[in-house]
Amino acid sequence: MLRIRRADHESMINHAREGVPNEVCGLLAGRPGSPDVEVLYPCHNAAESPVIYEVDSLDMLKADRDAETRGLQITGVYHSHTHTEAYPSPTDLRQAPDPEWHYVLVSLQDDEPVTRSFRIIDNAISEEPFEVTDN
Amino acid sequence: MPVEVRLPTVLRSRAGGKSSIQADGGTLGEVLSDAVRQFPDLAGQVVTDDGVLHKFVNVYRNDEDVRYLDKLDTAVSGGDVISILPAVAGG
Repeated sequence: MLRIRRADHESMINHAREGVPNEVCGLLAGRPGSPDVEVLYPCHNAAESPVIYEVDSLDMLKADRDAETRGLQITGVYHSHTHTEAYPSPTDLRQAPDPEWHYVLVSLQDDEPVTRSFRIIDNAISEEPFEVTDN
Repeated sequence: MPVEVRLPTVLRSRAGGKSSIQADGGTLGEVLSDAVRQFPDLAGQVVTDDGVLHKFVNVYRNDEDVRYLDKLDTAVSGGDVISILPAVAGG
């Protein structure tokens, strides 16, 4: 499961909305093995595209270093789908970098944004519970 | 002088669980070869069998992406930190 603070969840959705028409992306940091997102790192989509995303590699480096100084590590990535559902695309599946990560999708295809979280292990997608907390 | 090579989480199990290792070399290619000599399971993970950097990793020398330097021929010296990061992308 993945748990995220309401403020971070709202930041993620606002980031997705501000990025339209392009997809946006960012990284999640937490303690290894914990379901809690401790820090959210909105990143630049180096692809600047409505259909693909590429986390800017310098943003990745900075997030990784910052997480390390906090005793955390990068535990996942989020990105938006502007016109499709919140489900990993074939490209997402093919390019998933780490089986221990959480893959969060924010869909803007309906009036209300939809957020879902997935694991991608050995090219198999499984949805996991996604919880927003008030703490 | 050895340099620090920071590994992404996905490769740590191939290096005894370490988040960073020390490796020797005057170029990035030499440093990565030394890393593979120490941890053979890293073979093929960063550099392809054709001897180029994998497209699904990004490698930094300190704050510089080696793709914009000399790639595997990028010079390294003591005190440099090499960071291997996953290329995070999708659609």
